[in-house]
Amino acid sequence: MRTIAYAFTALALALAASAAAQPVAIVGAKVHTVSGAVIENATVVITGDTITAVGAGVRAPAGARVIDGKGKWVTPGLINSAAALGLTEVGSLQDTNDASARGDRGVAATFKPWEAINPDSVLWAPTRNEGVTSVVEVPSGGVVSGQAAVVDTAGTTVEELLRKAPVAFVLNFGATGGGGGGGAGGASQGPTSRAEALDAIRALLTEAKTFPSRKGAYEAGNTRALVTGGAQLEALQPVVSGTALVLVNVDRAADIRLVLGLAKEFGLKIAIAGGAEAWKVASELAAAKVPVVTGALDNLPADFSSLGATQENAALLRKAGVPVILTAGTRETFNVRKIRQHAGNAVAYGLPWAEALRAVTLTPAEVFGVADQIGSIAEGKVANLVVWSGDPFEFATDAEHVFVKGREVQGPSRQDQLAERYKTGKRGK
Amino acid sequence: MAIILAVPHLAAAQTTSSTADAAGPGRGARSVPNDDPFPSTYTVPASAPFAIRNATILTAAGPIIRNGTILVRDGKVAAVGASVTIPAGVQVIDAGGKYVTPGIIDDHSHLGVYAAPGVQAHSDGNEMTKPNTAEVWAEHSVWPQDPQFPLNLAGGVTTLQVLPGSANLFGGRGVVLKVVPARTVQEMKFPGAKYGLKMACGENPKRVYASRGPATRMGNVAGYRAAWIQAEGYRRKWDKWNAEQKGDAPTRDLGLETLAEVLRGNILVHNHCYRADEMSQMLDIAKEFGYDIRSFHHVVEGYKIADLLAARGVAASVWADWGGFKLEALDGIKANPAILHGAGARTIIHSDSASDSQRLPQEAAKAVAAGRKIGINISPEDAIKWVTINPAWALGLDDRIGSLEPGKNADIVLWSGDPFSVYSRTEKVWIDGALRFDRQDPATRWRTDFELGFIPTTEGR
Repeated sequence: MRTIAYAFTALALALAASAAAQPVAIVGAKVHTVSGAVIENATVVITGDTITAVGAGVRAPAGARVIDGKGKWVTPGLINSAAALGLTEVGSLQDTNDASARGDRGVAATFKPWEAINPDSVLWAPTRNEGVTSVVEVPSGGVVSGQAAVVDTAGTTVEELLRKAPVAFVLNFGATGGGGGGGAGGASQGPTSRAEALDAIRALLTEAKTFPSRKGAYEAGNTRALVTGGAQLEALQPVVSGTALVLVNVDRAADIRLVLGLAKEFGLKIAIAGGAEAWKVASELAAAKVPVVTGALDNLPADFSSLGATQENAALLRKAGVPVILTAGTRETFNVRKIRQHAGNAVAYGLPWAEALRAVTLTPAEVFGVADQIGSIAEGKVANLVVWSGDPFEFATDAEHVFVKGREVQGPSRQDQLAERYKTGKRGK
Repeated sequence: MAIILAVPHLAAAQTTSSTADAAGPGRGARSVPNDDPFPSTYTVPASAPFAIRNATILTAAGPIIRNGTILVRDGKVAAVGASVTIPAGVQVIDAGGKYVTPGIIDDHSHLGVYAAPGVQAHSDGNEMTKPNTAEVWAEHSVWPQDPQFPLNLAGGVTTLQVLPGSANLFGGRGVVLKVVPARTVQEMKFPGAKYGLKMACGENPKRVYASRGPATRMGNVAGYRAAWIQAEGYRRKWDKWNAEQKGDAPTRDLGLETLAEVLRGNILVHNHCYRADEMSQMLDIAKEFGYDIRSFHHVVEGYKIADLLAARGVAASVWADWGGFKLEALDGIKANPAILHGAGARTIIHSDSASDSQRLPQEAAKAVAAGRKIGINISPEDAIKWVTINPAWALGLDDRIGSLEPGKNADIVLWSGDPFSVYSRTEKVWIDGALRFDRQDPATRWRTDFELGFIPTTEGR
């Protein structure tokens, strides 16, 4: 059994090892490469921050730290694609929340929340200790929430944490978003109905498209008032040129159709987030090659936009050929680690196991443009990977070794320290 | 002397007035002439006897039974064990090695009072008008057509306690329901179940009443104590009148009636409380006024005072891994249930969530894993108790539900595999021996009125 004291030692060793760049060889494990076949009795070699060899016939390099992988499963590190780690410390405390912007009439296209990530948040450790090695930091609120970034879960500075930014712009549509459709009490600012929201988004995108040709006039003060400031329109250029991904929070099937129409009209590259009723429009999403980022526990008709919510969403979408990403959602930073449970439940509700693993590793890496770096176990990839005691989606399975950029990162989280102090049910050391 | 009323469904629990007298002054007695104005109309449906054989049975009452059989007759468990003779003519379900457990019990639910869709028109769970609303009863808000009920049943939940919300020091009475289709809440009410009183500590009352008080934790405590002083006076007034029967009866006060019934032991206290220090304060208040706290709910810091909770016999209704969403939840740890259990406290996994309620064994499994990492090993036999017999005790119903033993209500779940595996799903759910959910037969699926036309049928949801 792995004790907290042992974890401390392991961390110290890992730090020392990384300083000396001692190679690591995980020997004899069942390796789920995700990009390729499952390899039984395989060895994975990590040199520095990179996976330098994977295979059944691979030998541990001389001087390597050897981890006995017998009976263990190795997977790429898990990626939670809807998080606010380091941005939200305590949900109800406003002064620990940095995941949303006031924006300009609901438009915060210039907002880059990752710039203010707190690398010292106590929530990184419990998250990575359960095998989550990267997250997509997603801003929230407004019509355009801001920009998203892929960050790794270990690092002492923002620069160390940051893997790629921006990776997406975040847009909200329907009752739950800044689009304000359906009222939902948010009518004091911004659009009050779906069609008005559509109108407002069209106006925004139209002006963004024409902004480059009008920029001189704008700067000289020789143009009519624009729907939003020049900086916002400037920031939206990668969106209207179709090069940047737009992650659209939307649930209702009809709303998803509206968003698909909008994407076609303006040449946007989109992905659906939330997507409670996405399964109803699965063939349209597949035809448009639009990925869906969704949870796997969400079957509640929580509002009038998600009456069709079902735990079979992921399975039905995948069956139709839609790229699917599973996430544990952004609502509680504390629970970003729950992604394992989501993936397992998606399997229970029809998603093939290998697809579920892909949905929390390689597919998000592909969709967010970092598949050349992370999301699979292959030579040359960044060594973000996990050695599990068994099936990673089962509750009884432990993440025994978690590597981020080749460095073993497990150490006792604040929660582990509390557990250690009170494990007898009263105050210990 | 105290008056005991011949309320039919209470007859079994409260047999004679001598029981009440034996319970001490006021204990077991009642104040008012009609204490059950909204009686349960639930009746056990007729059902044919059946047996489940070749099952792995977690009874919540003893060791795991492999290749076991459970026999159900007249809505009750007739026999359970490794060698049970199945009488001729009884329908036999071959479990094929699958798992059987008692029906799951959630002692902290807001189904029906925070119905889905979660619009303002459905927000009926929190009477946030004054710090003490002991006079409200959750059952008067429950919407039996809440589409969350069938989802809950599909998760194996057969009994749940619906509580009013947590804005108030005294939130009102909760109600225990069977998860069955109904037109009226009375048709769902668990016959003879005691009422629960919802109390809340800490940040919620502080936040809601910040501008008009109580705005501090000390204000919260002053509010509890002032209310109990009033309730004591009210109880004495009724005791005197009940004994003497002279003049006009005291004027009824709905809020004080609820609190007085707590002092008499007829209503069970369910106290929302996060911090260890604060729970200790609440225990002192209970001692001061002579009432029991049946269960603390949420108990995010329960592991810090597990010894105290065990010594005082207070159950701990906890989450497996919720925490951090507010400051008083910051010290939430996944090993909390395991540490509580290890220290001898009665541990319950509750949901406070329409989503988690559907997967309570999964929540328990997370806590078991967290316990193992710090050297606390919890058997499946014990873990199943967290979601069955222990919550049954918290509701005062452990003599009727919560375990699979002869004579108990046949609330049974057949699982596709180990209920603590992420891959297992419920296959069949019986309540009082009547099949209420069958995944293999979607045609029989309970569809609420609201669902018709609005919510598409998808397999499994």
